Amino acid sequence: MAREVKIYTTPTCPYCKMAKKFLDDNGIQYQEFNVAEGKAAREEMMRKCHSLGIPTICFDDEVLVGFNEAQFREKLGL
Amino acid sequence: MYELIIIGAGPAGMTAAVYTARKKLNTLLISYDIGGQPLATAGVENYTGYQFIEGPELMQKFEEQVRQFPSDVKIKIGQRAESVSRIDRGFEVWSDKGETYQAKAAIFATGKRPRQLNVLGEKELLGRGGTYCAICDGPLFAGEKVAVIGGGNSALEAAESMIKIAQQVYLISLTPLTGDQILIDKVTGASNLAIFLEHEVLGIEGECRVEGMKIRDLKSKQERELRVNGIFIEIGLIPNSEAIKGLTSLNRLGEVEVNCANETDVPGLFAAGDVTNVPEKQIVVAAGEGAKAALQVHRYLQRLK
Repeated sequence: MAREVKIYTTPTCPYCKMAKKFLDDNGIQYQEFNVAEGKAAREEMMRKCHSLGIPTICFDDEVLVGFNEAQFREKLGL
Repeated sequence: MYELIIIGAGPAGMTAAVYTARKKLNTLLISYDIGGQPLATAGVENYTGYQFIEGPELMQKFEEQVRQFPSDVKIKIGQRAESVSRIDRGFEVWSDKGETYQAKAAIFATGKRPRQLNVLGEKELLGRGGTYCAICDGPLFAGEKVAVIGGGNSALEAAESMIKIAQQVYLISLTPLTGDQILIDKVTGASNLAIFLEHEVLGIEGECRVEGMKIRDLKSKQERELRVNGIFIEIGLIPNSEAIKGLTSLNRLGEVEVNCANETDVPGLFAAGDVTNVPEKQIVVAAGEGAKAALQVHRYLQRLK
């Protein structure tokens, strides 16, 4: 079953762009939350993912901070 | 066996790849990421031809140019070179994915990475308010109190972006400010900036996230606690030279020693960019060094024939 993927980003973050490009290139659907736009997404990221680093990516309940292609492939079974 | 392996895909490595492609050298470009340090640079105003360009955009242009030559340059991203060793008629590179690659010559262009403070709380609170990437995490701290550690260009750039959005910014440097005067002028005088020069960081505090830090005046030894939610660590860089330690000479900073032709003391092993002892760490310098190294490799391979 496909994993639920959520990615928390800021508009200036180059690693967010790399992570989203990887997900797009591999046809992975995801929800994006721009944490620069408001405190709600920031607080949700902190509460659910225990992270204040960008990009934070949640694969179901598993959390990665930063973009690492090998780790993405592992989490997504690619 | 490739004719050349380029290790690192920042400005030096990618420029080298463009030059070797044009010489029709069978090249492998291997790197953990594509773009290197400029990926975390908000704005570049001193790369000739662009009055202003974002670091990631500039690197995307480099990448597009390298990818014009798919038959000459094979690109493997997501792999870090763990070690480089000499083999009969060339070099062997081991990657952290367990892959090995051989080539007649190598250009080592792995750049630098952020230096750590090595204080209590730094590791534990990384990604929880502590960060080495101001361009990534800066917007998270809008309206909050933050500290920027360092006195060079990177620290000043981080301070410049944060004074626009944070409630209060503390700039803490071990030394007087050493960055470009144009950047110093941009930040000094901001009403929400307090500068502590010749202060050291003793520790970062917080349970689940950064809540504060302790600093000490180097002269008076007076300690002070600052309540902050974000700490941007911008205290310089260290060379990514571990993979060739023992193979060739490094200077006391860990930089690869090269001559003006980008040659190391091992025939066939060249180096370029910020990982080397070439004094100025600039994108334009690294790109030029990558071009020089590539042309030297071409001459070296011709001599082998």
